[in-house]
Amino acid sequence: MIVAELAERLRARHPDAVEARGEVTVVVSPDRLLDTLSSLRDEHDLRFTFLSDLTASDWPGLDLRFWLAYHLLSMEHLHRVRVKVGLPPRPDPPHVPSVTPMFPSASWLEREVFDFFGIVFDGHPDLRRIEMPEGWEGHPLRKTEGLGGVNTRYKGAFIPPPDQRST
Amino acid sequence: MPVQRISGAQLGQTEAELEDEAHRGILTTTLGKAVAWARKNSMWPATFGLACCAIEMMAAGAADYDLSRWGMEIFRASPRQADLMIVAGRVSQKMGPVLRTIFDQMPEPKWVISMGVCASTGGMFNNYGLIQGVDTIVPVDMYVPGCPPRPEMLMYGILRLHAKVQREARFK
Repeated sequence: MIVAELAERLRARHPDAVEARGEVTVVVSPDRLLDTLSSLRDEHDLRFTFLSDLTASDWPGLDLRFWLAYHLLSMEHLHRVRVKVGLPPRPDPPHVPSVTPMFPSASWLEREVFDFFGIVFDGHPDLRRIEMPEGWEGHPLRKTEGLGGVNTRYKGAFIPPPDQRST
Repeated sequence: MPVQRISGAQLGQTEAELEDEAHRGILTTTLGKAVAWARKNSMWPATFGLACCAIEMMAAGAADYDLSRWGMEIFRASPRQADLMIVAGRVSQKMGPVLRTIFDQMPEPKWVISMGVCASTGGMFNNYGLIQGVDTIVPVDMYVPGCPPRPEMLMYGILRLHAKVQREARFK
């Protein structure tokens, strides 16, 4: 099976590569991220040339609170791999090197992760919010942000709901 | 009775003369009521479909339900030519300023219908992404509940708004 073969190949270089449910995952530390991704991209039997997705998850209470997941695709060999990076809660915001110079498709994905989780990608050419309005406070997909609706903010001003407005 | 040629409006002084005027096809009213009648009978909506409610709004404008029965079939692409905004769908936080800008660009007099629960209260989307009720951004004249409301419900809301517009003439 091609996935098992790929896991075997990866395990020679990354001993903690695991295969589960037909998917291969490599867990690396933040300082090894760029090296790992560039080797996955450049080595001739791997050739993961396309970053198809980049996302994050928040696990408050864990030693490594934020987990970034880089999903890579090799168009040449038609196989995929997931690279995961764990980030500690301190310092806040957490910093991680940007992979936009390596994979141009990471640009907007990193902006999205920054927008929703407040993870700063060092070296990103234009790290701004992409989904939420400019001037938004907080990062809504953090578990500490709470659930439920937020008050309407319009051009920097707070607009109370109709039943709380003074007439 | 054939329509007679009218040579200048002549208001009758006596009961009999008034009766005579009525037979000639003349109806007396106040200017405010006449203006309100004109407004309500050619209310042009601004195209503002945001989500699935817009599909029902389009159905209301199409042949089966036919909003043109009330002179409303022309959904204007420019807010400058519209006097009714049907907020059809959920309004995201980022869309709020856009919505308000379009509302500000509409000439007076203007009215707003909040169509569906998402526009009215946020609906089931009780989260960070959506404005919890479009009435925090623009003044709403008529709320149409439903998820999405059927075209009949939108039409009922529109007719209630028409009655409101006609009624407004009394207070001006």
